Order: sequence, then structure tokens, then C-alpha cells
Amino acid sequence: MGLRTPLYKQHVDAGARIVDFGGWDMPLHYGSQVEEHHAVRQDAGAFDVSHMTIVDLEGDACREFLSRLLANDIGKLKTPGKALYSCMLNEDGGVVDDLITYYLDDRHYRMVVNAATREQDLQWILKQAEGRDVEVTEQPDLAMVAVQGPAARDKAAGLLEPALRDGALALKPFTALAADELFVARTGYTGEDGWEIVMPAAAAADFWQGLVDAGVRPCGLGARDTLRLEAGMNLYGTDMDLEVSPLECGLAWTVAFEPHDRDFIGRAALEAQRRDPQRRRFSGLLLEGRGVLRNHQRVVVDGAGEGEITSGGFSPTLGRSIALARLPAGDYDRAQVDVRGKLLDVRLVSPPFVCNGKARIEL
Amino acid sequence: MSELPGDLLFTAEHEWLRKEDDGSLTIGITDHAQAALGDLVYVELPEVGQELESGAEMAVVESVKAASDVYAPVSGSVLEVNEALADDPETINSDPYGDGWIVRVQPGDDSVDTMTPDEYQQFLDELED
Repeated sequence: MGLRTPLYKQHVDAGARIVDFGGWDMPLHYGSQVEEHHAVRQDAGAFDVSHMTIVDLEGDACREFLSRLLANDIGKLKTPGKALYSCMLNEDGGVVDDLITYYLDDRHYRMVVNAATREQDLQWILKQAEGRDVEVTEQPDLAMVAVQGPAARDKAAGLLEPALRDGALALKPFTALAADELFVARTGYTGEDGWEIVMPAAAAADFWQGLVDAGVRPCGLGARDTLRLEAGMNLYGTDMDLEVSPLECGLAWTVAFEPHDRDFIGRAALEAQRRDPQRRRFSGLLLEGRGVLRNHQRVVVDGAGEGEITSGGFSPTLGRSIALARLPAGDYDRAQVDVRGKLLDVRLVSPPFVCNGKARIEL
Repeated sequence: MSELPGDLLFTAEHEWLRKEDDGSLTIGITDHAQAALGDLVYVELPEVGQELESGAEMAVVESVKAASDVYAPVSGSVLEVNEALADDPETINSDPYGDGWIVRVQPGDDSVDTMTPDEYQQFLDELED
């Protein structure tokens, strides 16, 4: 038996197929992964993401600490409530994890990191915090639910206390607010509008049922994966890990080299890699014909060498197979993928593949 | 779990076979198999006229999760393939014993190790234990 979230019983009662994910017993789907996927693109879906690790930081040195810990610049967050997506790197520029950091007030920040990397992350964060005025507190007694889709905020708003509701509905993308015991952020991992809501574990079951009653469809990790792939969002452990820098997994946009004197961990390694002409590309792929691209399939580029699919699958929205791939350096826009011994043609495209219910690439 | 159709035979690889009046065999995958695979998104079919060898790959079914080989439960030649699956692979999920059939073959002489519906149900029950 694995770890269980406060919503485990709800999942089982709803007929979920339970799978192990990073040591947690999580719902893969509740009958049809594809229907759950469409529900999020067209209406509203709810995901139990309580397995994710919430780490709160408190102290006068938080900002200075985060300025060193994160490859993105915490200095970009000027007002409380703002959020920042970033990687934490090791000295070699490898990705320890990707995470969202919320600026609550000058002495308080909240980080949400991956469940599968919990130990690695906590050790790393605690080690870097040594000797600084930063208190690191994991929050294992909190539950987190992501409500995603064009109708998600409308449908979920009724579950919030009136005092919180207006503020939550007024949140701009990538901002959050905390009130009483709830924390509401306009963030997600699907390419759709929506909220991620953190609450005490004891409140989770009622909240989940309230969402279901409001017409929000429970969605499992399966749909979460196809949605994030369509949205061109990376998955840690699949698209990047300790051996890969953000410059080779499509996350160069999250690395802030300015201001030039901000000494974040991994900076020197990235500076060197940035100038390397052989640095590998990271691109979206669209399969031209029928079939399904899968993780770890070999990509063959005429004249440039070989690469590998890091995330591949079928896009329910596009009705085609798509992938993210790490590829050899060079200027080209076509390649072939070794799918079960056959070389199939793919076109390089720039993610996202789908966003806000619509195709963002030419089919 | 739905009732297993009484006119079918089953294999340990979770395929079903139906003997047609003309001596041919229609073959598909079972409800248990489709449920385990999840939503199907692609089916690679054999060619009509292709000679199948018992136990060798006959088709590939790909779900949102993974690709799985479908092994020929008998040797024989392919008489007909379910072309409709190319556009609607999810038919296997919605109607595995009907419109979700995969191939019809003219079987060779080799004997096939199959189970009756009751035997297959017992086989499934034991898998779950």
C-alpha cells in the first residue's frame, strides 16, 4: 500500500483505477481518460494533487535565499500574491526540480514542488537554507485540488465563502491569495484557466463533493498527463532531471541571466552551456501519419544525428500523436521517429500544441 | 464486469474467438483487456491475405497509456480486417465483442487452446486474487 491523500476514499468510491505514482496511490482515471481530458478542455475537471509537496518559507532572508536557490529571478515578484515558475539547479546546472513559488508577504513564501522528488527537494532546500534566517516547513496536512477548464472558476466559486469569492474571481493569471484556511491560486498544469486550491486535509472531502455537485468532472493522472503534454508543459523525471539543464529541456525562458550579478546556483554551468554551439535542442513533434509517439523513442535527423522523445503520446484534442523531444543541434524542421522498428515522419513544432481549448499548431 | 457472451471462446492472452458458419474465426480482444488498456487511440491491423502464425504478432492496439501486441491465437490466413477501427479505435472499448472485432481468419489445422466463457471467467477471477 502506498501513501494516500485525504481524497483516496472518494476516488475508490467513484470507481477510479488506482496506480502508484511516486509512492502514492493515485487515480489514473475514473472510467475514461479521454473523456476526462475533453471535460477539462471544454468545461471543467478536478484533480486531486494533494500528493504534491507544499513547503512554506518564513524569515527575513527568504528573498535573498530564493534569489540564490532559483534559476528564475524572485526579484520579478513585486507584489504579494504573485507566483513564479522556476527550476532549482545543482552546481552543474542540472534540474533538482521545477516548482512554483508564491510570494505571500516579505517574510513568507510558499513553494509547491513535485511529489516524486520530495526527499531530494527537501534535503536540497534545507542544505541551502543552512545558516540563513529562513525557516523551512513542509505542510503534509494540507490537501490540494486543481480545478481546471473554461468553466472551472465559475463552477468552483460557489464553494468559496463570499468574503473570499470576489477576491478569488478577481485573481489574475499566476497570482494567488490566502484567506483563513484556504489558499487559492490561478495556476494549473493543463493549458486551461482555473485554480489550484490548498485547504486543510479535513476539508478536502466536502470540497471535492461540492465540486462534483457543481458539475465538475473528477479527472485522474492520465488526463493530467495528456493535458500537460498538449499544453507543452514539462514533467520532471521525464523531460528533465539532474543530468539535464533548463537550456536543454525548453525551459530557457525560466532562467533569468539578468541582473548579471545575481549568483544563483548553477549559473556558471549555464553560462558556459549557453555559448555551446552543440547544445541540444528541445522541440515539439507532430506525427504526420497514424500511430503513437512514446517516451524514449529514437528520433533520427538526417545529417544532424539522433535524439530522443522525452514525452510522447496521443493528443485527444488534435486527434494526432504529439511529443516533446531532445534533439541534436542544427537548423531543421523535419525528422523521423523509430516507432516499433518503422521510421515515421514527424514535423518539428513549437509548443504549446493546445491552449485554452484550441489547437496552437498547424496540423 | 459484464456477462461474457456464450458463443465465444477465450484465450489466456485475453482474446476472444467466434466460429462462424463458414468455418472462419472472428477474433477480438476481451472486455477485460480493453479495460486494462484504457482508451484506445490507434490500431495497427494485418493485411488481408496475410498468413498468421499462432503466437506471433497479429495486430497492435495502442491506448493512451501504452502499445500492446495482439498475438494470433491460431495460424491461418486473414480473410477480413475491421477497417472501421482505423478511424474509430475506441469502438474496441465500447463494444469489444461486437463492432470492436479485429480480424476474421481462415484457420489452419493446428489445435487451439481455448477456454469456455465459464472457464475464462474463473481465469479472470483467479487473476484478481
